[in-house]
Amino acid sequence: MAKNESNSDSQGTISRRDMLKTAGVGGIGVLIGASGLGGLMSITESKASSTGAKEVVSYYGKHQAGITTKTQNNVYFIALDVTTSKKEDLVKLFKEWTLAAALMSEGKPVGELSSNEFLPPKDTGEAAGLSASNLTITFGVGPSLFVKDNQDRFGLKQKQPKELADLPKFPLDALEEEWSGGDLCIQACADDLQVAFHAVRNLIRIARGKAILKWAQPGFQRTKHADAKEGTPRNLFGFKDGTVNPDVKNENQVNEQVWVQPGDGPNWLAGGSYLVVRRIQMFIEVWDRTNLKEQEATFGRYRDSGAALGQKDEFEKLDLKHKHANGSYSIPGDSHTRLSHGNGSEQILRRAFSYSNGMDPKTGSFDAGLLFLCFQRTPSKQFIPIQKRLSEMDKLNEYTSHRGSAMFACLPGTKQGGFIGETLFN
Amino acid sequence: MKLIKLSGILLLSSSLLFGCANTDTTSTTEKEKATKNVAADALKGVTDEYRKYAIGEIEEFVKATEVFTTAVKNGDIDKAKALYAPARMHYERAEPIAEVFGDLDPKIDAREGDVPEVEWGGYHRIEKGLWDETTTKGYEQYAEQLMKDVNLLRAKVDTVEVTPDMLITGAVDLLNEVSTSKVTGEEDRYSHTDLYDFVANVQGAEKIYQLLNPALKEKDAELSKEIGARFDEVYSLLNKHKKEDGYKSYTDLSKEEVKELSQAIDALAEPLSQIGIVTEAS
Ligand code: HEM
Repeated sequence: MAKNESNSDSQGTISRRDMLKTAGVGGIGVLIGASGLGGLMSITESKASSTGAKEVVSYYGKHQAGITTKTQNNVYFIALDVTTSKKEDLVKLFKEWTLAAALMSEGKPVGELSSNEFLPPKDTGEAAGLSASNLTITFGVGPSLFVKDNQDRFGLKQKQPKELADLPKFPLDALEEEWSGGDLCIQACADDLQVAFHAVRNLIRIARGKAILKWAQPGFQRTKHADAKEGTPRNLFGFKDGTVNPDVKNENQVNEQVWVQPGDGPNWLAGGSYLVVRRIQMFIEVWDRTNLKEQEATFGRYRDSGAALGQKDEFEKLDLKHKHANGSYSIPGDSHTRLSHGNGSEQILRRAFSYSNGMDPKTGSFDAGLLFLCFQRTPSKQFIPIQKRLSEMDKLNEYTSHRGSAMFACLPGTKQGGFIGETLFN
Repeated sequence: MKLIKLSGILLLSSSLLFGCANTDTTSTTEKEKATKNVAADALKGVTDEYRKYAIGEIEEFVKATEVFTTAVKNGDIDKAKALYAPARMHYERAEPIAEVFGDLDPKIDAREGDVPEVEWGGYHRIEKGLWDETTTKGYEQYAEQLMKDVNLLRAKVDTVEVTPDMLITGAVDLLNEVSTSKVTGEEDRYSHTDLYDFVANVQGAEKIYQLLNPALKEKDAELSKEIGARFDEVYSLLNKHKKEDGYKSYTDLSKEEVKELSQAIDALAEPLSQIGIVTEAS
């Protein structure tokens, strides 16, 4: 997913570390003590531009960050169930979440240290002194927030978009309740796992008594540090993953493929996007004893270069008609590339991360795989038809198993002073 | 709000200007003094009340331990088993005070492996005899020693100074106890009577909340209401697991039910951890 980049998302803002450094200089500290924190901010902020720190993704905007944002090194993804039955609690929660998320996106703690030592600190503290690390926090709502056990829980039933429905059951699905569903989701991505974890931890803490953790899955990619050229990251099968994706810098394309448009459904979701999550276990031990030819035939791409079979360059347009001398297709009919591409009319914005959860105690093998996250404007025309083809024929299915699944509508963005979810709840 | 005024400086000294050791220490000690004085004066009545409550529980604990240890010594295994869990509840309710005696607490309440085998005695040692080995034989000496230690606890408790700090920390600690050992079934690993300890810890925390509540209401009525509602939720979950005069065995809880209890405790403990605002001058 190396190509995902949206310039408007990144801005040169000061990191917390820079602020600390500056604050320590000379006698400024004393001066600040008298004038308060606001003073400090303005002093350092004017200096910040010269440091050129580009690790803050702005939180507020027409769309939530974390969708067309250049994919960070890490994700911490959580699904939650709402426990309160009051809509006003839910609104309060989203207001508090918005403020906290905006602060953390700037590398700031969710609350200041109180002078009362009999209180636990507001912020949990493990991100103190760390840069914002391009942290993005993306909130979504699941179908069960609207209707659960036939109950219109919060009087929102009328607002539920048709597209926001449980996914159909696909052949070979091996879904487990403990990795599926959720009334809400939070996707926290950052170039540092501790920063991402800090974010979800504090958001969950704010939600205590209103929502509980349903499931959680961290994920990773190679770091940008490890790959100075920032090529397409490789998945745990060793193949470049993320080559073909909508161009997030092309506004027409993202409006066409990713962002829900006015008139698509209920207007509260315009500017939002549907997220389909699949937690896909990859049997890496089995894969590792599969010969290279077979591996490449499975994806329909060369492992080394990432180019489609029979072609040269990773980013070359697929030549699906290309044939071997014996008349068979170079990109096999049951290969992942051919099947997921289809006729090219369905596209999704993939933003997947690898995961490894240590050992599967049942088998003694690794519990590793792909936290497949994809964004789109209309699931019924994008993820669902693609996955239908894949689940029926994909050669990759011999090496993978879909263990978890969920669908969320990621809310549109908000302006400073507003809150995420305002269009839905108001 | 005296304390809040300080916060601008304190915030900077502790979180930003950690290089300036001087400013840091002075403001911290001043802050401590300010908080403690305010707290101690305003909450005097409350600490006295709590003292009465805790000593009352310890007195009940002495009586219950008396009957329990007698049953063990008489070889009346069924009676001993029936008395075990209810007796412990008194101790678990008064844990913030009982714990003050770092030497006695392990003697009375250590679990297997907490202390070297040769030193291990107390309630859980006898629990192992009753449930795991189904005997009281050889356990008379432990019963004897337990009674002595509990009597000593009763005598020492009179010397404890109850501070607001003890209450504020104690309330959350009681729930932390639940989160870390009761909800996992590790407290009573042979008898599986963990739910009794669970309930007692919650009741102990609730007592502190009730005592501090008038002061809390003045500071933050909404928080007070929220904590009250969360206690109700925990009790309504616990009520589902009542059986005869007591509670179900821990092993009869489903994984889902354990998770539900655990998350309800988290939901209660988070707002309860804000109860320290009662120490702030207004
Ligand atoms: C463990 C599971 C999966 C693995 C390891 C995997 C891996 C890959 C790889 C290596 C490629 C080729 C390079 C690229 O274009 O990025 C690819 C392409 C693609 N995959 Fe997957 N994938 C998985 C699951 C899925 C699922 C569940 C879907 C959606 C239903 C999907 C949709 C796509 C699409 C749309 C493409 C691009 C096709 C095109 O060329 O137009 N993949 N995947």
